[in-house]
Amino acid sequence: MGNSIMTNSMPENRLLELDNVQVQFPMREGLVKAVNGVSYHVNKGEVLGIVGESGSGKSITARAIMRLLPKNAKETGGSIRLRPRTGEEFELSALDRNSRAVRKVRGNHIGMIFQEPMTALSPVHTIGTQIMRTVQLHKGLSKADARARAVELLAKVQMPRPAQLVDAYPHQLSGGMRQRAMIALAISCDPSLLIADEPTTALDVTTEAQIIELLKELKSELGMAIVFITHNFGVVADIADRVSVMYLGRIVETADVDDIFYAPKHPYTQALLRSIPRLGVDQGRRLPTIPGMVPDPFSVPNGCAFNPRCIHAVPGLCDTQVPPELRFGSQMSRCHIAEQFAQTEQQEPAHV
Amino acid sequence: MIAFIGRRALLAIPTLIFISFISFVIIQLPPGDYVTSYAAQLRQQGDYISIAQEAIMRQNLGLNDPILVQYWRWISNIVFRGDFGHSLEWNAPVGSLIWDRLALTLAISSLSLVFTWIIAIPVGVYSATRQYSILDHLFTVFGFLGKGVPDFLLALILMWIGFMYLHIDVGGLFSPQYQNAPWSWDKVVNLLSHLWIPLVVLATGGAAGLIRVMRANMLDELGKPYVETAYAQGLSERQVVWNYPVRVALNPFISTVGWSLPALFSGDVITAVVLNLPTTGPLLLQALKMQDMYLAGSFILILSVFTVIGTLVSDILLAWFDPRIRYA
Ligand SMILES: Nc1ncnc2c1ncn2[C@@H]1O[C@H](COP(=O)(O)OP(=O)(O)O)[C@@H](O)[C@H]1O
Ligand code: SF4
Ligand SMILES: [Mg+2]
Repeated sequence: MGNSIMTNSMPENRLLELDNVQVQFPMREGLVKAVNGVSYHVNKGEVLGIVGESGSGKSITARAIMRLLPKNAKETGGSIRLRPRTGEEFELSALDRNSRAVRKVRGNHIGMIFQEPMTALSPVHTIGTQIMRTVQLHKGLSKADARARAVELLAKVQMPRPAQLVDAYPHQLSGGMRQRAMIALAISCDPSLLIADEPTTALDVTTEAQIIELLKELKSELGMAIVFITHNFGVVADIADRVSVMYLGRIVETADVDDIFYAPKHPYTQALLRSIPRLGVDQGRRLPTIPGMVPDPFSVPNGCAFNPRCIHAVPGLCDTQVPPELRFGSQMSRCHIAEQFAQTEQQEPAHV
Repeated sequence: MIAFIGRRALLAIPTLIFISFISFVIIQLPPGDYVTSYAAQLRQQGDYISIAQEAIMRQNLGLNDPILVQYWRWISNIVFRGDFGHSLEWNAPVGSLIWDRLALTLAISSLSLVFTWIIAIPVGVYSATRQYSILDHLFTVFGFLGKGVPDFLLALILMWIGFMYLHIDVGGLFSPQYQNAPWSWDKVVNLLSHLWIPLVVLATGGAAGLIRVMRANMLDELGKPYVETAYAQGLSERQVVWNYPVRVALNPFISTVGWSLPALFSGDVITAVVLNLPTTGPLLLQALKMQDMYLAGSFILILSVFTVIGTLVSDILLAWFDPRIRYA
């Protein structure tokens, strides 16, 4: 089995720990370092928001945790450890994609929700069948019990008429209802961790708010932790306890949600915050955008990957040396001059 | 579901009437008629009949009646009495000529279809899940060969191998001594020893194409998010692959299984001629050449009925298999 005794054990309340995780894609055009030394942790019952522009490596990191990396991905280092409620410890990074041990973790200790509720459920099975298969697999329930459990789960995610819709096919449901079904599937075995990869990106604003509300309720009711991945800062404010900001395969800043919004210590975080529209204030006004474009993944700039777009960049330093992880209490910033932002706290507090 | 089937079945009836009429008209289309061909044949043999005799023949055979009358006489006999008319060339009831062949054709066709599927589906799934593996490349080569080599050539090669090296008599479905013998265990064994060549020929031709289709479908499906969802539930690769993407990738197969009925039925004419199989294809060919209109018409009608029924069966199977269609 993959659970082994750790030499340096994780703190008591630690659920998930990533240390220097690296995933690369050898491509014809060059090597893509999609995840380039990512470290983060999730404590029991907390919500960690992961924010970053598209292509920054959020999904690939999540798939590394699930051991569901694309076939052409190469893992070149790092460790991923999980200690679910049962107290077992899994060194996920040592587990093979198809190993029995990882199959015991997936769907059981970690549930996952995907971005596209339209296509993330099998089109030829009822949502009930899909949920039943998972609970039968991990909990060994009989068919009748599994069905009852499916109905109960659908009720829990506030699906209307759960006893009937258990027999519905995905295409018969609206986008919001499908995402509820997806959530029911993900939490069907009472996982300790839920990974939600842009679960609301494909939904309209009203539905998005309802789904976020639901996730918050489920979190406190079931006591599970959530890794909430999004490219939308506004959504994180609503749900996250702590936030990690990713840029080009690295975590550039991690902090409590208040510190991220009111005392960001990385120019990239600051730039992202400035580009969120504020209700009433920014209407009809052009938002400041981050200058320049996200570099293509084959030619990530030397030094701090953000330096070509950074208004604070220090020539000779930022374009040659990779910034180390600087810590300010519980806050971490990968910026050479993070110190400055610590002294001169934001004059104009960022907004939510 | 019942309503769905009912609706589809009702829709099939006017289609059938239309098709039967069209097939009758098409058979009448070429200049001349059976009597003309008959006279020409006689002339070739040095014999001849007078114009007056020809006219009497036409009169007796009812060939002078308006086409609607002829059609009605033909179709009402079929529908109400199961009488397909008289083959002018064979001078025998059409029914006695075709039912045996039809049964054989159906048996060979469905057997080869089953073989095709048994080969194509697992191989296609394997090729897709182990893309670019050695076996995948091997299957690809086999696929191109199977598609590239004409069926009749493969049939000739297999016959040659069977004759030269296995010392079995090939061609036809029975050895001469069993041809008209009553059914017995030995006759069945004899049948099987003849049957493998047409089965191999028909199945390789079909499988080669279907492997490519299945592989492409599977590659499409394997990349879809619901497959990742299934993996994320903790299912094993085998459970995921066979329960989810295969189910969806099979849909195009199911929607065409009905069509393969008539296709297998008529498309293998050359193979059947080469192998001297007493199936329907060669008989149809002959009937068309001779303008033996009741025989040819019956064939075309039966083929069309199979097509319509096959499509109906496909539709029903597909609806049963794919909820998106059932509720559309
Ligand atoms: N299967 C793949 N093959 C090659 N490159 C990939 C593959 N999947 C992702 N990548 C690359 O990895 C990087 C990170 O992708 P991803 O984690 O999906 O970003 P996001 O933060 O939007 O979720 C991107 O540059 C993307 O191009
Ligand atoms: S390290 Fe330099 S370039 Fe990078 S964010 Fe900080 S100031 Fe900007
Ligand atoms: Mg993503």
